[in-house]
Amino acid sequence: MRVAGGAGGGDAAAAARYSFARHWAEQVAGTSYVPWGPAELSDYLLGLLDRLMELLSAFDYDADAVSQVGADLVRAHFTGSETLQQTMVVLGEGLPALFGRPRPAYLDRRLVQALGALAAGYATALRDRALDEQDGIHRAMLMATRQAEKRLAVSEARFRTMFREAGLGIAIGDLAGNITDANPSLLQMFGYTADEFTRRNVSEMVHPEDAPSIWQSYDELVAGKRDHFRVEKRFFRKDGGIIWTNLTVSLVRDDTGAPSYQVALLEDIGERRRLQSELEYLAYHDALTGLPNRTQLCKRLDAIFARDEPGLRIGLCCIDLDGFKAVNDSQGHDVGDQLLVAVANRLTHLCPGPGQLVARMGGDEFLVLVERTSAVDQVVELVEHILAAVVTPVHVSGHELAITASIGIVEQSVADTTPADLMSAADITLYWAKRQGKNRYAVFDRGRVEEEIARYTLSATMPAAIDRDEFVVHYQPLISLSDGTLRGVEALVRWQHPTYGLLTPDRFIGLAEDSGAIIPLGRWVLATACRQARRWLQRFGDDAPFISVNLAPRQLQDPDLVADVTAILTDTGLPSDRLQFELTERAVMSEETGPLQALAALEEIGVRLAIDDFGTGYSNLAYLRRLPVHTLKLDGSLAVGLGEIDTPDPAAEKIVSALVTLAHAMNLDVTAEGIETPAQLQRLRALGCDTGQGWLLARPGPAHVVAAQLRRRATL
Amino acid sequence: MTLPDWVSGDVDISRPSAARVYDYYLGGSHNFPADREMARQAIALWPELPRIMQANRAFMRRAVRYLIGQGVSQFLDIGSGIPTVGNVHEVAQAADPEARVVYVDVDPVAVAHSRAILAGDDLTEVVHADLRDVQGVLEDPRTMRLLDLSRPVGVLMVALLHFVPAAADPAGVLARYRRAMTPGSYLAVSHATHEGQPDQAGPHVALYRRTGTPMTMRSRAEVAALLDGFDLVPPGVVFLPQWRPEPGSVGADQPERIAGFAAVGRRR
Repeated sequence: MRVAGGAGGGDAAAAARYSFARHWAEQVAGTSYVPWGPAELSDYLLGLLDRLMELLSAFDYDADAVSQVGADLVRAHFTGSETLQQTMVVLGEGLPALFGRPRPAYLDRRLVQALGALAAGYATALRDRALDEQDGIHRAMLMATRQAEKRLAVSEARFRTMFREAGLGIAIGDLAGNITDANPSLLQMFGYTADEFTRRNVSEMVHPEDAPSIWQSYDELVAGKRDHFRVEKRFFRKDGGIIWTNLTVSLVRDDTGAPSYQVALLEDIGERRRLQSELEYLAYHDALTGLPNRTQLCKRLDAIFARDEPGLRIGLCCIDLDGFKAVNDSQGHDVGDQLLVAVANRLTHLCPGPGQLVARMGGDEFLVLVERTSAVDQVVELVEHILAAVVTPVHVSGHELAITASIGIVEQSVADTTPADLMSAADITLYWAKRQGKNRYAVFDRGRVEEEIARYTLSATMPAAIDRDEFVVHYQPLISLSDGTLRGVEALVRWQHPTYGLLTPDRFIGLAEDSGAIIPLGRWVLATACRQARRWLQRFGDDAPFISVNLAPRQLQDPDLVADVTAILTDTGLPSDRLQFELTERAVMSEETGPLQALAALEEIGVRLAIDDFGTGYSNLAYLRRLPVHTLKLDGSLAVGLGEIDTPDPAAEKIVSALVTLAHAMNLDVTAEGIETPAQLQRLRALGCDTGQGWLLARPGPAHVVAAQLRRRATL
Repeated sequence: MTLPDWVSGDVDISRPSAARVYDYYLGGSHNFPADREMARQAIALWPELPRIMQANRAFMRRAVRYLIGQGVSQFLDIGSGIPTVGNVHEVAQAADPEARVVYVDVDPVAVAHSRAILAGDDLTEVVHADLRDVQGVLEDPRTMRLLDLSRPVGVLMVALLHFVPAAADPAGVLARYRRAMTPGSYLAVSHATHEGQPDQAGPHVALYRRTGTPMTMRSRAEVAALLDGFDLVPPGVVFLPQWRPEPGSVGADQPERIAGFAAVGRRR
């Protein structure tokens, strides 16, 4: 119920209260945080003001209700002490005026009581609020801690599982190197129990062969200068054995970044290293004999050649068993293998020195390397022992096997060669020993190699040289010994070699026969000679010489020979009776039918045949009867045998005389070759030779020289 | 296996926490002695701090009301700290009872307290995550339960980004949030600055190095750059009391004394 003279209604009073509330709001604004703007704040305080005025005017003063107003301020989040202070001032100074006049007598006393109650309510509420909030934040802290612990427990459990189950060895240690924890894998790796391990310190894990950098890295790590390092490191097991590990050590820092502890991960790489060394062994050794293999020998050679040692000489022997393939084929590979092992053992026994290396190159080929030789004799002596040792019969699976070896020896100054050249020299030399009849050695000879190389080069380049027209044909006249006329010319091939100059047939015909190049070369010579003979025939008619072309045995075996000759004669237009082939006795004395048929076919087309170099072989005239031969060319050695004017040889003269007589009896013409002196010419003419050939009469020369001779004759 | 929880679970009340110090500035008691000790030192150096915090809080309130007015009814409040009074959901739901709010904080105690306070409120969620873990924030099941990112969202980073140093690439982090926000969404930012009160800013930064969340003050231009890709709502980047003030607001007479910038941007 209302007290008379209390807070009255009316617009003026309301405006005063509104204005008061706004003033109150301005005074407390910023003293505490409340979630309102100025207008909302003012409205709220107006509400409190109304309540206060009503309580002050009430008949029965209710101190609890007034203190509730103070509590409501706190509930609105007026929590600053300055708020209360400003409120006391605003209310104390301004409230009485709001009650109008006359003010009730009790008002001053009530006002003091009310301000006290409001302050008490504010204080109590503030304390309660603070306690509640403290309680709330503590509970939140506990809850967060529990959750963190739960998370930690989960992650700890995860880590523990990993630690326990990992195949990697894991150790945890403090910064002083004390090992605080080691997982089962690590214990198994080292052979320690957990207790034994945790009594150890990292500093006891030194291996004498540790690289200094390992421990330098470790010191940097525990000093916080690096966060981790990874090395391959050896450790001693408890039993003294060695374990090789891939070691990674990491530094763990606390949340301020200071080094806290260290974690080491150890991967056992012993197996990998064993495998690696086994692979390395296999890479450098022959599986059957256990000897070093080619790779190791080459490595050793490279190392020797890399040495800076003036005057260093080295010997290399290439050993190949003779007829080993036959042993393998007849006795089986197992026996062959055992034989190789036995030979390998003997070689090893003979070459025990550190400067000697026996290697198996594969198959039945071995190499012996001798370092720091003084001369080849030293190696030859060793090789003689080797040859003797190899021939001693070997007992294999109940068989007694006798085998021999061929050996190529090269002994040179390191400065003069290279590893590859040395190996190839030994190989070539072995081939010489084989060719010389096996069960022997040969010593490398650089001159011989160069000659072989030159021969090889000639042989290899011959087909291209034919295409490039490097060959020329020279012609040597065949002169009638009765009237001195030119009867024929022998075509002689020359090689105008770009490097070696003009080469005579003795330098390359043998090679051409070996390589088969004789077929195209012979065809080319024949075509060239026939073309030339045809030109002379056109120019000089019956005075023109016939052409005589050499036919090698291999050409005679060529099934295309007759067709080629026919084609060339047709192409050049040379009558076949103007062509003569010269064959050696050896070439026609064949058991085979091919050459004989070829001779018959050539005779059939009208080509003349001459036996060249007669008198150096069997000189089997009886056999010649069966052949379609027209001419015998007596070898130059017979002319030489006749002697000079002051030293006649009657016996030789009788032989030549008999040959000429017999040949004529068989209707064969006789040409004397190699006439070099007037005495020879005189005798051979006297003995009845039909034609002569030789330097005394005319040297071989280009076609135009022959033509000049013919022109001279024609003008006579 | 679940992915590791990258948010620090450490609860260490011997170190001041930014969220609890902030609570103290606002007159709250959700704090521990270390927080109060630091807050008192900070206030001794810079007596305006409580007013600045109140102004910051008032900006947040005005910004939420503004966004509600723009039709936004879902909010992501990152760095929400300790709930006191006038929290985002209270402001928002006063205007739109259906408004949804997801609170995000990195402080495990703040998160635990928020969850206790908001237990049973279906329209709010509290996510424990670091601002920089954008995927962790946006794809947390709690976030996905309440927010529909195909519709405009109001993202609040109130008094947050000054705890993100340049080394953590705040622009890159913001770009990732921006890409997740549909056009028509808003970003509200308030940020501490050395502009206006340069003498106080330095020691204040030094003081905050003791917390788990050191401070990086930024200039007006730097704050504007953080809102790249957003159209700034007028009046742009201004001191806290100047952003759409209510008549008679605290600090309105000397806005530069309130050393913080405020801005709201609309996603293009």
